[in-house]
Amino acid sequence: MREVSVGLPQRDQSQHSFRAFVRRLFALTRKEVRQLLRDKSNLSIGLLLPVILMLIFGYGLSLDVKNAPIAVVMDDSSPTAMEAIVGLRLSPFLSPVMLSSMQEAEAMMLAREVDGIVRVPSNYSRELAAGHASIQVIVHGAEASRASIILNYVTATLAQQGSRSADRRGGISEGGLGYINLELRLWFNESNTSTWYLVPGLIVLIITLAGAFLTALVMAREWERGTFEALFVSPVKPVEILLAKIIPYFCVGIIGLTMCLVTARFLFGVPMEGSLPILLFASVLYLLVALGIGLLISSVTKNQFMASQVSLLVSLLPVFMLSGFMFDLRNVPMAINIIGHLFPATHFMSLIKTLMLAGNVWPQIILECSILMAYAVLFIGLARVVTRKRLD
Amino acid sequence: MIDFLHRILILCRKELLAILKDPSSRIVLIMPVFIQSFLFGYAATYDLNNAPYAVLDQSRSAVSTELIAKLESSGVFHRVANLSSEHEIAEAIDSGEALLVLQFGPSFEEDLYAGKAADLQLILDARNSNSAGSAAAYINAIVASFNQDWLRDHGGGEPAISIEARAWYNPNLETRWFFMPSMIASLAFLQTLMLTALSVAREREQGTFDQLLVTPMSPTEIMIGKAVPPIMIGLVQSTIVMLVTMHWFHVPMAGSFVTLYLGLIFFMISSVGVGLAISALSANMQQAMLYAFMLIMPLMLLSGLATPVRNMPMPIQILTYANPLRFAIDLIQRVYLEGVSILTVWHDLVPLFVIAALTLPWAAWLFRHRLV
Repeated sequence: MREVSVGLPQRDQSQHSFRAFVRRLFALTRKEVRQLLRDKSNLSIGLLLPVILMLIFGYGLSLDVKNAPIAVVMDDSSPTAMEAIVGLRLSPFLSPVMLSSMQEAEAMMLAREVDGIVRVPSNYSRELAAGHASIQVIVHGAEASRASIILNYVTATLAQQGSRSADRRGGISEGGLGYINLELRLWFNESNTSTWYLVPGLIVLIITLAGAFLTALVMAREWERGTFEALFVSPVKPVEILLAKIIPYFCVGIIGLTMCLVTARFLFGVPMEGSLPILLFASVLYLLVALGIGLLISSVTKNQFMASQVSLLVSLLPVFMLSGFMFDLRNVPMAINIIGHLFPATHFMSLIKTLMLAGNVWPQIILECSILMAYAVLFIGLARVVTRKRLD
Repeated sequence: MIDFLHRILILCRKELLAILKDPSSRIVLIMPVFIQSFLFGYAATYDLNNAPYAVLDQSRSAVSTELIAKLESSGVFHRVANLSSEHEIAEAIDSGEALLVLQFGPSFEEDLYAGKAADLQLILDARNSNSAGSAAAYINAIVASFNQDWLRDHGGGEPAISIEARAWYNPNLETRWFFMPSMIASLAFLQTLMLTALSVAREREQGTFDQLLVTPMSPTEIMIGKAVPPIMIGLVQSTIVMLVTMHWFHVPMAGSFVTLYLGLIFFMISSVGVGLAISALSANMQQAMLYAFMLIMPLMLLSGLATPVRNMPMPIQILTYANPLRFAIDLIQRVYLEGVSILTVWHDLVPLFVIAALTLPWAAWLFRHRLV
């Protein structure tokens, strides 16, 4: 008896409160969308910046060493010496420039017109006959990774040529000597272009931008302008305020993601080896994480300048530097590797690269998705806890 | 003239107070620079270090063992797995456990002794094309030196050619040596630009800029007063990064401090000019921040910090002439690593000067002519 009499109005009330919730949420979301659309700077960062970044990443940035200019100084111009450097011309990675003097080569190196110098000394053929010839290789070390790649290619090319001519000479008398022939196979990125590995990373960057950076400003703005206090006296609940802030920026993030995926596929020809639904699912998870971070920063700092600085420092710079976007985390010291893995971006980064370039690697998908989900719950939950209708 | 200086001094003082009065903004201007220079100094490396590899040795021969020993002794690679069949290769690479797999065929040693080409397969995970490229080049060099030794030891007769390799300005070819000097300019650039972009916009939003305009100060004086404090903060930040680079990471400073700071001052003036122009154009703080940010990202990416400017296509290389960071990085690297004098790098100062000479007066003009 008692249960029935109490149960009915309760259901009625909960139904009523749900309808009110939807109505308030709708009203607030509409206000947020209008605010978002009214200010062009918001939209330009959400939609124009991704396009600019995609063009820069697709066409502007390249880490590849191709046709690196190398100065070749021949102090000895005998046929033996010419034979030593013939391999440099055939290498797709190097493009030798013949020079007559070392001074000239040094000047070009200082002006950074060449990446390195190969010098065959004047006594080369005489020394070779005597049994101990040497060739000097100098690279410009300022761009270290490029320099070491070039140095390795030059060394290998010269050594190969040396072995080959030695083999030929030895071969006449002794019937040929074996050598190791290195067959190179690059998985997941046959053409070995950095575009393929930069573009998936760019998707992470753009979601972070829309999620964390833009959202960090919205709540802080309301605090700074005092309009948040106006919301206190209205019947809206903190959850509704948070949801209304999340929904429009979620849409901006999804639009950015779609643009990225379309350009990656059709403009840059980046493959999609894994399954698209999983990629979308993981992206949505990461977008929620980013939104959570943005809202949390915003609610804690309550100040636009601080919010922008903090979101720059904890969300965008880590994406660039610590997530494996540019720098491979396998090469850094252990401590930095661990710090890198504290950022959700790192997990999404490795997942999206695998999904696009390698395929569905299930253990990784399950692990990274659960980590992202945990982060999403954590950050949005924290944002909910911090957002109270109260003045400090 | 004394009045002029006096007014500028007062405005500078007021600006510095406005920035540094708040303890949290004091922290946000100094601490991150410290943390970032440490973190990025360690994180920013394109160098292979402990690259994990797996071996599938079907020949189980003395020669393959010898080659693997050579690989191990390079200190660059470390073995994580010995595979026993070909289908394990996919697993080792897919899971990211190994960056590369070396596969010696069953007839590897016989081929070598028979005087044929013995095939050695190198399978690389090129998801990170940069690591893959470095690893390929390394192994290429190791195999080449192995071939030389092999020929010498097995009656090739002809002595090997020795190659004397040297790297100028960065003898151990560490990315850090190239990266940290660039950070001296870029870390400061990031916050200086943001700070300046906000300075006028904040006063506009709060309505105090109109008050400033009705004081006896001319727009030029306001401009100078707004520009000097961020330049000072930027120089302090640069100094912090430089000290960390020199004393923590021990990257030797080859050039003169006078030249370096001259370059830095030129660079700060031009980036503050860009920041003030953004600030004067924006109606409120949010716009200023977002526009500043929209500029910062491409400017940092196309500065030669991440990838060499020479690798960029020509139209983009031309665009970078409007990028103060590009010239600052070039100048600092040359002064810091190569130790060149101002006579070699004066051409880097010209674009910086031009950018400052265009943006600063424009900003001052905008103070009065943009009505929000």
